[in-house]
Amino acid sequence: MSRIFAGRVWKLGDDIDTDIIIPTQFLALESVEEMKKYAFNPLRPDLAELIRPGDIIVAGKNFGCGSSREQAAEILAALKLSCIIAKSYARIFYRNAFNNGLLLLENNELDDLCQEGDELSVNLETSRILLGGRSFSVASIPDDLWQMLAAGGLVPMMRKRNS
Amino acid sequence: MGMTIGEKILARASGKDIVKPGEIITAKVDLCMTNDATTHLSIDIFEQQLKAEKVFDPQKVVLIIDHNVPAESAKTAEVHKKMRLFSQKHHLPFYEGAGICHQIMVEDFVVPGQLIVAADSHTCAYGGLGALGTGVGCTDFTSVLSTGELWLMVPESLKFVLEGDLRSGIYARDLILKIIGDIGANGANYKIMEFGGSAVKKFTLDDRIVLCNMAVEAGAKSGLIEPDEQVVNYVQAAGRQAMDLLKSDEDAVYEKIYRYILDELEPMVARPHFVDNVVPVSKIGEVMIDQGFIGSCNNGRIEELRVAAQILKGQNVDPLVKLFISPASKEVFRQALDEGLIDIFVASGAMVLNPNCSVCWGGCQGVIGEGETLISTGTRNFKGRAGHADSSVYLASAATVAASALTGKITDPRRFVR
Repeated sequence: MSRIFAGRVWKLGDDIDTDIIIPTQFLALESVEEMKKYAFNPLRPDLAELIRPGDIIVAGKNFGCGSSREQAAEILAALKLSCIIAKSYARIFYRNAFNNGLLLLENNELDDLCQEGDELSVNLETSRILLGGRSFSVASIPDDLWQMLAAGGLVPMMRKRNS
Repeated sequence: MGMTIGEKILARASGKDIVKPGEIITAKVDLCMTNDATTHLSIDIFEQQLKAEKVFDPQKVVLIIDHNVPAESAKTAEVHKKMRLFSQKHHLPFYEGAGICHQIMVEDFVVPGQLIVAADSHTCAYGGLGALGTGVGCTDFTSVLSTGELWLMVPESLKFVLEGDLRSGIYARDLILKIIGDIGANGANYKIMEFGGSAVKKFTLDDRIVLCNMAVEAGAKSGLIEPDEQVVNYVQAAGRQAMDLLKSDEDAVYEKIYRYILDELEPMVARPHFVDNVVPVSKIGEVMIDQGFIGSCNNGRIEELRVAAQILKGQNVDPLVKLFISPASKEVFRQALDEGLIDIFVASGAMVLNPNCSVCWGGCQGVIGEGETLISTGTRNFKGRAGHADSSVYLASAATVAASALTGKITDPRRFVR
């Protein structure tokens, strides 16, 4: 997993809850691949089709609040976002995301300053995010969480350890 | 420096004398529970990916089918079948159709001082009995299922000192909505919300569960109340031994202390589409409703059903409104039958549903359509939570829902409460 990458921004605002990320009626679908087509459906039904691998979601406070449904983190990982950058996260979603190999970053200013479609450059070796000429700091990710991300999540990491 | 009750539970569970906020611990879990919202995913991970053969302790793993009861589709039926077979194979306590998972846990398993992890966000409800419950996703759950352990960060605690008395027509439900409205949907993010003060001592067990259950709606890791004689009596009457009656030390450290005088409280309503979008019912204006719901792990216990029955007795639900009532468990349902409450509901025109998560999570029952408005005692009012993406959910007490179902619009219940 590269610590230096760039991606196109999608913006979503504050308090994006897990019912928005994947509504109850789609939880019974056969697979994550089926489910991911309905990501953010109540808020922006067209968004899942538009997201490309490597894109970045930028959001406000409390991203992932609400239900513990792990399908929310799973489908965002399946959309192959390079990361999410939000002001803060709800705690259950935070754990679920890393457990599924999805990188979450925290930054307080970016959501107020970037626009949808902007290009962000993320460098986690220097803990900086670049937007145009401006640079923003991001908290570093602890080593054990990096190992989990690099393995693709908690379960692949446990399998690796057990083998 | 002293410890809070939450810190004491986490210290005990991790085999330490002292823990401090910010510290990462590996804790042994006293109980874990999972329901039909995600258990099928956990079973797949457990069997296919981890190739695990045994759960860590069959007496400490509870499987409960409660989210879609009865199954509304063949796919859901497959999920239920998978849970049934897994529980048989591993000899696990298993419930189907007996009620909402958290109410069953309170009735049959929870004792003060335990650390309980479950694959459901409202696991924080067990704080009403002085146990630390916290919700996780299905991957964390599966790792608990196979190892009995979970890493956790010891959270900061917030203290809510509650004094005075709730006036007639106002309930613990209004209080917790008020608190969430004040501190915001992430006002307790990663933290423990500890409720104390003279008012809490007077609160019933149901009231205490109402407060702790909603802690996650402010982002909290858990809600907690120091256990007292009332809790011990309840647990012993259910045939269990109270474990540790842990209390916060006098010099325990809280990140922040909030004070509430309960006499000043009004009936509260959370407006669409956020649980912290809270106003007093007097400021809600004219909001017509299509549907009412009384139930959920937050507000479907006997005390709320009694309040609803008091308001609905001898009255008729507005002909343009559907009112659904789902007792939180089979035990609650039987008690409501014994007390004649179900008779009152049926006579009023309300529809009584079997115990399950029901309308609260928009799964198998009472889903609302485009442009429709629901007033609910459920846990959440997120956009599309109860059905169509363009529908609205208001959250309120059982009294406010019952009063609103009679008038067809959101109504202050105080004029109906005798």
